[in-house]
Amino acid sequence: MMLLVTIEFAGKREIGRLCDQLEARFHTEVKVTRCAFDSRAFFDLARNQYFSSAIIERLEQDLQTGDSKVLAVTGLDLYIPILTFVFGEARLNGRCALVSTYRLDNKFYGLPANPALLQERLIKESIHELGHSYGLLHCHNQECVMKSSTYVEEIDFKSSRFCDKCRAQLVK
Amino acid sequence: MTEQVSMLIVDDERSVRESLMHWFLPEGYRVETAAEAMEALDKMKDSSFDVVLLDIKMPGMDGIELQQRLKEIDSQMAVIIMTAYATVDTAIQALKQGAYDYITKPVDPDDLSRLIRNAVVQRRLVRENLSLKEGIRSLISVEQIVGESRQIKEILELIQTVAQSDVTVMIQGPSGTGKELVARAIHFNSNRRHFPLIAINCGALTDTLVESELFGHEKGAFTGAQYRRKGKLEMAHKGAIFFDEIGNIGPKTQMDLLRVIETKRFTRLGGNQVVEVDFRIISATNKNLEDAVKDGTFREDLYYRLNVFNIQLPALKERASDIPPLVDHFVRKFAIAMNKPFTGVDPQTMEWLKQQPWPGNVRELQNAIERAVVVGKPPLITLADLPCPTGWRASSESVADEVLPLAEIEKRHIQLALNKTGGNVSLAAQLLEVDRATVYNKVKKYSLSY
Repeated sequence: MMLLVTIEFAGKREIGRLCDQLEARFHTEVKVTRCAFDSRAFFDLARNQYFSSAIIERLEQDLQTGDSKVLAVTGLDLYIPILTFVFGEARLNGRCALVSTYRLDNKFYGLPANPALLQERLIKESIHELGHSYGLLHCHNQECVMKSSTYVEEIDFKSSRFCDKCRAQLVK
Repeated sequence: MTEQVSMLIVDDERSVRESLMHWFLPEGYRVETAAEAMEALDKMKDSSFDVVLLDIKMPGMDGIELQQRLKEIDSQMAVIIMTAYATVDTAIQALKQGAYDYITKPVDPDDLSRLIRNAVVQRRLVRENLSLKEGIRSLISVEQIVGESRQIKEILELIQTVAQSDVTVMIQGPSGTGKELVARAIHFNSNRRHFPLIAINCGALTDTLVESELFGHEKGAFTGAQYRRKGKLEMAHKGAIFFDEIGNIGPKTQMDLLRVIETKRFTRLGGNQVVEVDFRIISATNKNLEDAVKDGTFREDLYYRLNVFNIQLPALKERASDIPPLVDHFVRKFAIAMNKPFTGVDPQTMEWLKQQPWPGNVRELQNAIERAVVVGKPPLITLADLPCPTGWRASSESVADEVLPLAEIEKRHIQLALNKTGGNVSLAAQLLEVDRATVYNKVKKYSLSY
């Protein structure tokens, strides 16, 4: 069973649609829950952002034995020390993945809100980070969901599907 | 399949090391981390890295000093310095000491990805370039100079010394001692090795031919000049030109050559455009050019221009101790070339080979071994396989008793003339009362040594 944890994220409709997609893609039951910890512990005052790696570590600590994978979705702005921001993070072959909608939202870039686009980006990034947790590396196929994206336009360009090579590896 | 990129992250902050490691692992990189300089240096003992991400401020040895130490171990490694507060001074210092780039924390993910990708590509290109150069080096490598005698060791040292500079070299020695081999060794050990070494046999050129050979010509410069043609000097641009038998050039060519050596500029025949060239000059002769200068047959000013660094090659009989290694070398060489499983020569034959005068020097020895490999039966060459060179026969010995083919008589006679003149084709031509070109043609036809 996959656990979908929300951290400071209010979008019920987005979470519902994401659940459906994850169940269909990963052929597993997805259970939604709210995080049990206080996210302020990961806040960096100087950067006004939340330390992504530390949240992942906390999620790993809280893991229940029955959970195969945990995906956390947050509305917080995430960072790792050397980078200005990250869309999400996952440990390769780990059990936890984290995705932020903060910079997936058009409003962050001063553009009109586009809920459908935000939903699509959230699905792509969630599948992407979960893919890493299943051991998938970044893919060079421009349309594969495992293609690395360092800005939103790249997320929009790729599809939400795995390429044949990545799918084969995922099945294996 | 592409080679896996390896990366070392050196930072005293655990959170930085680990978060960066987890960020790069999905790229398929092999990522290792080190908390301080000594740990990084320890890791370098066991493996090499394409890219090192290095924090500038660390307790103990700082990033700049560590970079120097890492570069001493692997100069091609791409080091990227990470700094929280970039100052112009530290950035300049890092780059001056060979850092690929530096980044100010925090950095945009896209910028970091691009930086790492470029660093990896550059590192791969450098390695590929070195590997290709190595490949070219093996393709253009010269034949080994074989010998263990004191004279050969001194010559090898001279070659190493002179190859590093652009100095003009003159190689003197009897025919067949390997003057061209030494010239090639000098060129292919020099910084000009990736450019051509153009050899000119001055003995084969008349004054009229030499001009177009050396300087080239424009279309229509003379009857039959249908196209513009580059001369040898132009072809040697950035490389070297080797004048073999320089002592045989005529007075006009001597004057032309002197002018070109001084100015490194000339015009093609029938042209006005001045061609500027950059070449190194290596010349060789078996003549005593000092005598030629005294006789007035060779220009003194040209002689001093060419004889800046002199290498004298000894006759084979003066380094008889080199005969066994030379014989072994030639047996191996021809056995491989002819696919015959020869392992060497029998001891009695080796003794005989060591005692012979070899007037044609190493070339004659090589020809003898080549012939023996052709006619002999593996695994050892015996006395019966070796030719009895014509020049060694006592003058009273006559071939009159046996009826030989005319071509054989001619071959032996020309070889005798060449041996008597110490390989000097011009003198041999005078003795035989034919022109030099005829002698050259016969030498080529009968594969004679001189």
